[in-house]
Amino acid sequence: MAYSEKVIDHYQNPKNVGTLDKSKNNVGTGLVGAPECGDVMRLQIEVDDATGIIKDAKFKTFGCGSAIASSSLATEWLKGKSVEEAVKIDNMTIVEELNLPPVKIHCSVLAEDAIKAAINDYRQKNGLEELKFEESVIH
Amino acid sequence: MLQFPIYLDHNATTPCDPRVVEAMIPYFTNNFGNAASRNHSFGWAAEEAVDYAREQVAKLISADPKEIIFTSGATEGDNLAIKGVFEMYASKGNHIITCNIEHKAVLDTCKHIEKEGGEVTYLKVKDNGLIDLAELEAAIKPNTILIAIMYANNEIGTIMPMKEISAIARKHGVLVFSDATQAVGKIPVDVNKDGIDLMAFTAHKMYGPKGVGALYVRRKNPRVKVTAQIDGGGHERGMRSGTLNVPGIVGFGKACEICLNEMEEETARVSKLRDKLQTELLKVEESYLNGDKEYKLPHVTNISFKYVEGEGLMMGFNKNIALSSGSACTSASLEPSYVLKALGLGDDLAHSSLRFGLGRFTTEEQIDFTIEQVTNTVNKLREMSPLWEMFKEGIDLNTIEWAHH
Repeated sequence: MAYSEKVIDHYQNPKNVGTLDKSKNNVGTGLVGAPECGDVMRLQIEVDDATGIIKDAKFKTFGCGSAIASSSLATEWLKGKSVEEAVKIDNMTIVEELNLPPVKIHCSVLAEDAIKAAINDYRQKNGLEELKFEESVIH
Repeated sequence: MLQFPIYLDHNATTPCDPRVVEAMIPYFTNNFGNAASRNHSFGWAAEEAVDYAREQVAKLISADPKEIIFTSGATEGDNLAIKGVFEMYASKGNHIITCNIEHKAVLDTCKHIEKEGGEVTYLKVKDNGLIDLAELEAAIKPNTILIAIMYANNEIGTIMPMKEISAIARKHGVLVFSDATQAVGKIPVDVNKDGIDLMAFTAHKMYGPKGVGALYVRRKNPRVKVTAQIDGGGHERGMRSGTLNVPGIVGFGKACEICLNEMEEETARVSKLRDKLQTELLKVEESYLNGDKEYKLPHVTNISFKYVEGEGLMMGFNKNIALSSGSACTSASLEPSYVLKALGLGDDLAHSSLRFGLGRFTTEEQIDFTIEQVTNTVNKLREMSPLWEMFKEGIDLNTIEWAHH
């Protein structure tokens, strides 16, 4: 199975690898997946308190090239979006953008879950109610 | 000058040696006869070529040529041996002993036997990948007819104690079958010294062509018989019907001859390269050798690089280097390697494994390049691994409640 050019590009030049200070109130962290499943994603957002806009996003991922590319792409999309807009990022748009084959769809689901987990972490830190999400289909 | 891609997946298959191809070519065109045609020169030429190849194959494993049954490959040999013995010796018993790191061709055949009313014991291997001989002996029952243990494992390269296994089998009057696909042509295999009664192997793992293999079936002490699984013209002493693949068999014979003549020299050269690769890669922090250090094929090593995932790792260099991983992502099942899990490795280490299979045409330059590429990619991926960061911060990953997906 060959990887799409976009997956290869994100793998070779991942965007926004790193760590944000999780002790800050305006930083939300989502850690999803499990080592025994072969993928763990940690995605972080830093929200501008005044505007509610995500001003920075970072990730670290243990997983295959598609998992790395999905999280790299997710951080790119998150930057500049409001938290409300970010919630709407759907895994299928990641699949389309990266041209992921069916066996790799779970990588995009994981990225979507990581975004939601990071947003909920941010909401919880700021005294907001956690959003309820439907269970993702492919788990 | 390095040429890309570098092939380090010789446990999957090997290239044909050019000398093998050269030997095969006349049997596609001029000498195209059917080895079963008894009444003309085309048939005679084919039969003569097959007879000669049978001698070459037999010689490599110290067997008699009459004990060689040509097959389409090791999967067929595994099926013929296990199903054939199960059917032929039904009046003696229905119990087969095997182990949990066998190739799927053996495991799935055993599953089939269970559906047919047979009983199968799957011995668990120790953490070095070898079976426990006391456990083997304890598993033998009055209705045991066959012990099926692989000669060497395809993923980790460990070599099973065949002499000791067959001594136990003899003591209890049980036949020994070995899937020796990875061993024949790589290390000395002698069916008499090793006490093996049936043995499957294949040409394409030893620089011969794909689609041809052999099942060794002992003719003396004891005389072993298997029920044919393919019926037809009664070829191969009635045990495997079907027109013989003459060019393939000729190539197989040549491949065996080359292996026999060059094994000593090749093993010395390749094992030195393997040792260099293994030593250098084990210098990488948090890297672990899988399988026994000592009882191991000379051309294989299997290493886990903790906190990076195997497929992600291979992507870093798979444009230039071809090898295999025990990671789930390389298989359709999304389950990591059952062989590595059988050694007691956690799923995380199984996901992080790479198998390096060196071969006849592997050079030191290729190995040096591989060491550099693998080390660099491991380091690069660890920089983006959350698990590596946690490990470096002293967090015990087992204390984290993972959201299993």
